[in-house]
Amino acid sequence: MRLAPLLSTLALALSACATTPPEALRGTGDLGVVIERAAGRMQVIEHSHNTSLGTVDGLGDLSHAHVAFSRDGRYAFVFGRDGGLTKVDLLTRKIAKRVIQAGNSIGGSVSQDGRLVVAQNYEPGGIKAFDADTLELLADVPAEYAPGKFSRVVGLADVPGQRFVYALFDANEIRVTDFSNPRQPVTTRYPAGKQPYDGLVTPDGRYFLAGLFGEDGVSLLDLWKPAGGATRILSGYGKGEEKLPVFKMPHLRGWSLAAGQAWLPAIGRHEVLVADARSWQETGRVPVKGQPVFVMARPDGRQIWVNFAFPDNEWVQVIDTVEKRVVHTFSPGKAVLHLEFTPRGEEVWISSRDSNRVTVVDTATFATRKELPVDAPSGIFFTSRGQRIGF
Amino acid sequence: MDRPLILHVAVLLGLTALAVGAAPAAEPEPDRQKALVHMVRQDCGSCHGMRLAGGLGPALLPARLTDLPDEFLVATILYGRPGTAMPGWQRFMNEAEAGWIVARLKEGFPPLATGH
Ligand code: HEC
Repeated sequence: MRLAPLLSTLALALSACATTPPEALRGTGDLGVVIERAAGRMQVIEHSHNTSLGTVDGLGDLSHAHVAFSRDGRYAFVFGRDGGLTKVDLLTRKIAKRVIQAGNSIGGSVSQDGRLVVAQNYEPGGIKAFDADTLELLADVPAEYAPGKFSRVVGLADVPGQRFVYALFDANEIRVTDFSNPRQPVTTRYPAGKQPYDGLVTPDGRYFLAGLFGEDGVSLLDLWKPAGGATRILSGYGKGEEKLPVFKMPHLRGWSLAAGQAWLPAIGRHEVLVADARSWQETGRVPVKGQPVFVMARPDGRQIWVNFAFPDNEWVQVIDTVEKRVVHTFSPGKAVLHLEFTPRGEEVWISSRDSNRVTVVDTATFATRKELPVDAPSGIFFTSRGQRIGF
Repeated sequence: MDRPLILHVAVLLGLTALAVGAAPAAEPEPDRQKALVHMVRQDCGSCHGMRLAGGLGPALLPARLTDLPDEFLVATILYGRPGTAMPGWQRFMNEAEAGWIVARLKEGFPPLATGH
């Protein structure tokens, strides 16, 4: 047996180990994060084998935390309530950069070209654009609606053309800011309905929908024909009936489109509203167990998964989009806060805050595939979001 | 955010009526206190922030609340504020419990119990 070549191969392999950290030798397409809100920490997970890879600490106040991803899938941009914007390297699980960019923030998004990170803020009301590499502030766009008055910003979504669309809760407006020239953004204003609480863009980036809290309806802006301004759809869906109390605001995002329809949470009603995604006429309603919070289509659009506001927040319901009815109801744990589908939707991850676990569920059989211990989990975000318009 | 003042006055008046004759509030049992702390930090926290520093709802920190009358805050918690996003919670707590929450908010709200 010739030992020498074997030894030199071994030596080579060893030296490769010494210079290349093992974490560099994995892809990022199956990575994600789970927010451990009370601890100001997140777990980095992978959904090929459903395991936790480790934790990242020191992220500040993570109530209402939102996460967006760099287009290479390596970095997570974590937006904290306390205005912290943290760039986390998912491979080394270290903080690459952290800035405090506002007093009170609720999220953000990445530009079409991946170079800008834009945060949406309550305090000071407005949006801010940062260089995605360095987190250097490039532009501050206050949501001023009257002299000295600034609105809280909701529903921020990236759309093609380096633009961002968002709504002003306090000013009944939709705004579009174009960052083609990042240091000189241009903003266009569109009057909209009362108290928009969140927004979404359709997966093609064409329509922006703002859910309204102050009236029964949804404001719609066609970004391909913006001159027409924002119109009202699903007007008066409450039929003048007294609203039920809303103990938690619903969240909207581009996951609402499925089977040619938009599936939207009603406000103050235990219903999911369905509208045709071309004519925007109401085509149905699905009665559900409580006030819907997340109404999320499985990526293929065949199912809609719904969770609920307090006090019905231990339940999850699944709607069949062909039959337009609930086909499955179950409780994965106490205080279900969020759901995230794997990129092609064969599994869904569900966080149960008060059960301290994340449950991975098979979406075809509804069987539990795995339970992971997580300290009071809230949001779950997969890197596949980084490749989608409007996330 | 402009607040409908008339509504506040109405709530205040209603509450004064309610407060008159109310016996000094008993402290909730320790287990119930824990549940209330959990509820405020987690479920009220979805609008007011877990650290109560504000969000869709205003900050509920001592500096902001000290000058507001207890009864007014108790009424807000129990009955909500129509026309705003603040819902009423009387299905989930009684007046004494809302009073206990207001007193704790004014002195700095207790942290969540740790050690799951
Ligand atoms: C769905 C959102 C939401 C939830 C959940 C919520 N609040 Fe509020 N709350 C608000 C809003 C919005 C206001 C401000 C109302 C206004 O404009 O007058 C408010 C106001 C208040 C105020 C009055 C503060 C002031 O400065 O006048 C108190 C006290 C309060 N909330 C306590 C609570 C408590 C305690 C809970 C939980 C039991 C709770 N809130 C849950 C939205 C919410």
